[in-house]
Formats: sequence, structure tokens, C-alpha cells
Amino acid sequence: MAHFTKATSLHDWLNQRLGIDTVRRVMATEYWIPKNINFLWAMGMILAITFGLLLVSGIFLLMYYQPNVATAFDSVNYTIMQEVGYGWLWRHIHGVAASVVFLIIYIHMFTGIYYGSYKKGREMIWISGMLLFVAFSAEAFSGYMLPWGQMSYWAGMVITNLFSGGSLHANGLVEWIRGDYVPAQAFLSRFFMLHVLLIPLAILGLIGLHFGALRIPHVNNQDGEEIDFEAEAAKYKAGDKANSKVIAFANDFMSKDMMVVGIYLIFFFYLVFYHYDFAMDPVNFDPANGLKTPAHIYPEWYFLWSYEILRPFSTDVGLIAFAFAQVIFFALPFLDRSPNTVPASRRGLFKFWFWAMLIDMIILTAMGKVPPQGLFSTIGFYAALTFIGLWILLPFITKFEKKV
Amino acid sequence: MKNSSRRGFMGKAFGAITGVGAVASLYAMKRSWDPLPSVKAAGFTTLDMSTYKENELVTEKWRGKPIFILKQTTEMVKKAKSNPRDIERLVKVGDDYFMVCLGLCTHLGCIPGYHPEKKNFLCACHGGMYDFTGDVTKAPPPRGLDIPPFKIDGNKLVLGEEGSEYKKMLENGTTLRA
Amino acid sequence: MKELSILVVVTIFTLLTYFLVEPFAHSQMHKHVESEAFVYKDLPALTKKGDVAHGKELVMGAGACINCHGIKVEGIQSPMDPMIAVQAFGVNTPDLSNVGAVFDPNFLAMHIKNPTHALMIEHRFDESKGQMHPMPPFYGSGGDLDQEVADMIAYLQSIAPKAEELTPKMAFETACGRCHTINYPYTKDGKAHPAWTQIGEKPTFKKKQDALAFETKVLDYQDKLKKYMGALPPDLSMYIRSRGEHYIKTFIENPQNYLKGTAMPRVGVNAECAEKIIEHLKDVGDSKRHMREEIGKNIMIYIIIFAIFAILWKKEVWRELH
Repeated sequence: MAHFTKATSLHDWLNQRLGIDTVRRVMATEYWIPKNINFLWAMGMILAITFGLLLVSGIFLLMYYQPNVATAFDSVNYTIMQEVGYGWLWRHIHGVAASVVFLIIYIHMFTGIYYGSYKKGREMIWISGMLLFVAFSAEAFSGYMLPWGQMSYWAGMVITNLFSGGSLHANGLVEWIRGDYVPAQAFLSRFFMLHVLLIPLAILGLIGLHFGALRIPHVNNQDGEEIDFEAEAAKYKAGDKANSKVIAFANDFMSKDMMVVGIYLIFFFYLVFYHYDFAMDPVNFDPANGLKTPAHIYPEWYFLWSYEILRPFSTDVGLIAFAFAQVIFFALPFLDRSPNTVPASRRGLFKFWFWAMLIDMIILTAMGKVPPQGLFSTIGFYAALTFIGLWILLPFITKFEKKV
Repeated sequence: MKNSSRRGFMGKAFGAITGVGAVASLYAMKRSWDPLPSVKAAGFTTLDMSTYKENELVTEKWRGKPIFILKQTTEMVKKAKSNPRDIERLVKVGDDYFMVCLGLCTHLGCIPGYHPEKKNFLCACHGGMYDFTGDVTKAPPPRGLDIPPFKIDGNKLVLGEEGSEYKKMLENGTTLRA
Repeated sequence: MKELSILVVVTIFTLLTYFLVEPFAHSQMHKHVESEAFVYKDLPALTKKGDVAHGKELVMGAGACINCHGIKVEGIQSPMDPMIAVQAFGVNTPDLSNVGAVFDPNFLAMHIKNPTHALMIEHRFDESKGQMHPMPPFYGSGGDLDQEVADMIAYLQSIAPKAEELTPKMAFETACGRCHTINYPYTKDGKAHPAWTQIGEKPTFKKKQDALAFETKVLDYQDKLKKYMGALPPDLSMYIRSRGEHYIKTFIENPQNYLKGTAMPRVGVNAECAEKIIEHLKDVGDSKRHMREEIGKNIMIYIIIFAIFAILWKKEVWRELH
């Protein structure tokens, strides 16, 4: 047992038992971040804050939500929206945050791709981040079921049908997932469980992994420069902060994060109060009806690109393309054969690959929402082919990339 | 290094602003825990007092709690009138007297049982006893059964509204506000 | 400067994506219909000045209105209770007390002379096939038909409540309430209103039998209504969120705009009453809108202050880092 002395203060008392000074040093004051970064490096903090907003608003929604097919719709639209004090606020925050969190995730992902932050020791950061993307997708989908409106029901129907595997006709698997022949009580109850317990637990664990994965390779910087963190930290500690290439997580990095967070929250709350329809689809304010499909059904915007990869092909090819789209981002650190960890602008053909991928995904997103007819179908088809083609090309164009 | 985590003036100011926001959001959270308007609106029960029989205990429900209604016989009224404390506890609707009480023991909230022959209540949990007006006759209960807010409306009794008769009971200490 | 150009790029791509999946995609999915401001250009305008006294005679006598309609403000009860009316006609016959304030006079005139034309449901009522609309047209009582119709309308307007007395709830009940329910109770100005069914407000019952008996009556009514309309008209509690103001207005103005061949009739309300119907739907389905605007303003002010202080803090911390 360690040796304890009579504490001189509450701080000292806690410090002897919990080592709070050490924790603070390791986690904050001597956790070194490169100085050469821009506001895109604050997306992690924004995601953490948005996740916090989702968690808090979700707790209050959970107090009145009823996971029962007969009462779910009214518990959301009547009890929470009209009766509970500030219930409407929690729901608007929850709905808008669920949508905006994906915008930030995509910005975060494309930042990582642009600056090559998935390479040379940072592979696990990328992979744990992709796992978080998958977990957030599952969380978003399961949450979308809960109001039990028309979009909930039909999204539940269509997405679970994907698991039939096309020509495999694995209807047994689909029924197993639903616990019924159609999305019904068993389906709603289990997706409720997934949404409020299992997936959030997984997300918390993955956030820990994602943060942990940053520790050894450190955060990347704007120029992909390899920094001698120990030497630079010594310079910083000696007082030469201006010439050191690193800054402390707190307060240096933190203050910049909070500045970006503050500006982000203006945008966020504007959406919550004045522009929420994009995140809370009007069609879902019609109660679920298993005998009537809405005229237009489409997933939330953040799933559209992968949905569109499924749409233009025949069932089986579509499913394979869809499965490809779901997993291929995981492989990015291994498909990129170039040793260069620099911004895409300095990487020859990869520069074009990056912008082509971004624009192609936006086209897929747009085509995933409009009715699949005529010109839109054609554009969607070629955009889906382009997506697959770009990934096939990636190892080749990066292999022959000049070393910078 | 020493001052790397110490906050300057703006840091403190920013912390204070954040604190204001956090406290304000606590208010919204508190409001979300409040009983719903529909719960509050359902807090009124109207009883038709002409339907009760003498010396027969009927348990009604008001705000989820049991309400004892015991119509008094002439004998009981006579007995109660001999003790001002007892007669003050009874509710007079038309020419009839009623005991109208919250059917929860004032000790720890069990439901006492009525004995029509002995004309008293016994709480089985800890042996507390009450007479036919709901007044306590044996400890541990600290006081007689509480009387719910009521308003007399013809031969009807509206539970949940505070009529003048109920206010008088509060003033003279016959009951606490239930 | 570099950060600013990055921000511009991020913003452009975000807005582009937003534009494509929201305004653009919805313009491709839904037909855009402009409101005609509830003037009903296809209906001839009333040219004659009506005479209230003569109108009353016609409504009570030769027009035979009160054979089917009640006029509560005049103390005339409906000759049929809703359950009998729905049995006979497929829908309850409306009380005429408020119609003069709710409906456009040109629409009312056409409705008296030729109901299926006014309601735009001629496709469902072909006389040659024996499909008769429950309300027989009024062919006149011997005088000038247009003058007689104008008289009747003058009378109906004279007994109707003034515009300021007509509440959003009354407007809704007169114009929509015989076919549509509002399942959600609501509170306005401190007064609680129960749910609305096609046969009136839903009372609270002490005994379960009474509640079930009422519900059975509503379901029986809805069965008949469903047979008459082809499908049960939907509950409108959340329509303000699921359809939005613009859609509802242009839909009730002319339902055929969106759903060719629908059984839903043209409602024929005047512009003022359309606003009241919208307000009622907001009272029910978006009851916290005023609070949302107020709280929204306060939070926006707070968050801007929060951002300013965050920026100042960053400047303070980074002063020695540059």
C-alpha cells in the first residue's frame, strides 16, 4: 500500500488518492497537439458536444416515450410535443442533432482523407472512426423507427428486406431481425432497446478507442509534417511557446475548439428553432400504416449516397454494390499505396481522386432522393459506377505517386 | 508551464457564460419533470352524495388515492355533535353528514380497514386506530385522517377544488392541506 | 486567410448538398400549386342584392332546407341526429348557423343550385347512372332563381356570427369536422378542449361502458362515412406538420389539384376562414409554436454571446502562442 500523509487541502487529499494532477497533466496540460492546424481539427470536439446534446435530449425523451405500436406515435407527437414542459425542445434538439452529427462526421472524414490522417501509424484512428460511423448509422436508423410514423415503418420494412440477400431469399433472416413477418411490436421493442442501450454503449466504447488510438501516433497537422513531440514539448515547457511546434490540449487547443464550437452552435440552434423540417421529415408525422406506402420514400440524407448505389442495379448486383459501399472506406489506409502523408493538393493524381470522390458522393446523395426516373436514373447509375471505379483505381494511382 | 492551465480573465468570463447556459438548461430539465397538464387537469372528481348508504364505507378514487366516504347514521351524528372536534370533521351535504377522508393512514400511508359494528378504523400495519369521523384514537398516527380539498355543489361534492367549508377546516386546524 | 477559404469550401459543398436534397429534390417530387387566394374564379359572382326576410322564408319554406338541416341559432334542431343522417346520406347534414361566415358566397350560391359542381365531385355523381348527391339542387320557387339564391345567402349571412366571433375551432368544425377527426385534445388561452370526432367533441366518461358506447357510435359513423367517401378521411391532428400550411391551403381550395379523382370535395371557405382553419390546426398540432419562437430568440442571443466570449478567450490564450 502506498504511503499517505495528512492532507494539506482537499486538492492534496484527492491528489494522494486519485492522482488528479497526473491525470490533468496527461490528459490536458501536457497532451501535445501540433500548432499547425486549422478549424477542421475542431470537428472532433464538435462531434463530442453534439453527442452530448443527443444524450441529454435523449434522456428527457426517454422519460415519456412509449415503445408500443399503439401508443408510440402519440407519445411522441402528443405527449412530448404538446404536453411535456420543453418536450418539443428536446425532440427538436434530438432530431436536428441526429442529422447535423452526420454532416460533421462527413466533414471529419473528408478532412482525414484530404490530409492523409489515416496513414503511417494512424490506421487504427481511421478504423475506429469508421466503426463509429457504422455505430452512428445504426443508432440513427434505430432511432428513426421510434416515432412509428409512415417513414419509420416503411424504412424499417425496406432496410430489413435488404437482409433477404436478393436471390438468396433469406426471408427467415429478415423475419428473425424483425421478430415478426412485418415490422410490428417485437420490431419496435428491440429497436428501442438497440437505440437506448446497446448501440450507445458500443458508441461510448468506440469513442474511448478512437481517442486512445490518437495517443501514440499523435494528431496529424496541416502539412503532414513529422514532429518530434518530445523536443517541441520541451521547448514549450521552457517557455518558448511561440517557437514550439506544439500546443497543450488545455487550454491552447481547447480554446480554439470552443471558438469553433461557439460558431457551430449558432448554426445548430438556428436549425433547431427555425429550420427543422429537413431533419424531421413531414411524412413521418403521419402515423404508420402497413397498408399504404407513402408516394415517395427515401432515407435521411446521410444514407442517400449508399442507397443510390443500391438503386440503379438489379437486385443482386445492387446488393453487392451496396455491401461494397458499406465496407470499402474501412480499407482506405491499405488501398492508398503511397507513403506520402501530405495534403491531397500536393499528391498528384490523388488530388483529383479526392475531389472526384467528394463530388461523386454528393451526386449520389442528390440522386438518391429524387424519383428514380429518366435522367436521374441514368445519372445515378453512372455516379454509382464512378464510385466503384474510383475505389478500384485508388491503389494504382497511389502506387505510382511521386514521393514528396 | 505553471500558468499553462491557469485561466486569464477571458477564460473566467467564458466559464461564467457557460455556467449561465448550464443553469438555464437546468430550468428546462426541471420543467420536463413536472406533472403533465393532462395529469393536473384530471385532478378533479365529482361525487354524487345521494348514492351512499348509512354506515357503509365506500372507497372512491381521487388523484390515484383512495377516498373514504362514510355516511353517518343519526346516532353517529348525535355522538359526533357531543364533541366539537368530531363534528367539525364531518361534511354536511343537504341534511346528511359524511366523513370524507383520504384513506391513507397518517402514520406511514397504509390503508386502514373499517369495522361497521365497532364503527372504527384499524390500520393493520402498525395498529393505529381512528373513530367514525376519521379522528385518531390510538397512536402511532400523529393526527386524524386527512381531508381532501372539496367543494359542495348542491348534493354533489367536487374533490380537488377548495370550497369555503374546506377552507374553514384548514383554518381551524381540522386537517392539513392534502 | 487560409482558414477562411477552407470555411468557404466547406460551406459551399454543404449548401450545395442541402440544395440538392431539399429544395431541388422536393421540387422534383411534388407538384407546385399556387394558391388562388380563395376567389373561386370558376364560379359566377353573385350579382343580385339579397333580401334577408325573403331569404328566411325560402330557407324555412319553399327551399325546404330545414327538412334536412338544423339552424341552432334560430332554435331549429336538426331533424335527424348524426347517426340517422349518416345512415341516410353517408355523412351528417351540416347545421346552417355558421355557414354564412365560413363559406364564400359564390360557392354557397353554386352549392344551392348545383352541389356537385360547387364541390367539384361531378365525377362521383353521374345522374344518368342514378348516382345522386344527397343534397338535391334548388331549382327555384317560381321567382328569379338568382334573386332567390341571393336572398337565401343574405339570410344565412345575417344569422352567421361576425368574423371576429367565429373562432378557429368553429371554422374548423363547420368546414371540416363532419368528415375529419382531431384525436389530440388541446389547450388554448387556458381553456382545455377535448378531442373532436365526426359526431362532436369527445366527452369524458366515468364508466367504461359509456366510453365504449360512444366509441362504437363513432366507429359506426366512420363505417358509413368510409363507404360514402371510399376511404376514411384522415385524422388531422398533425397535418400542420405532415403537410404544412401551403399544401393544406391549396388542397382545400381545390383538392383535384393534387389528387385527381379524389372524393374530397372542394371546401369553398373564404380566405379569412382558411386562415382560421390553419390556425386551428396549429393550435392542435403545433401548440408550442409561440414558445418556440420566444425561446428561440433568447437562445440565439445567448449563443451569440457565448460564441463572442469563446472567440475572446481563444485570442487571449493564443496571444503567447503566435
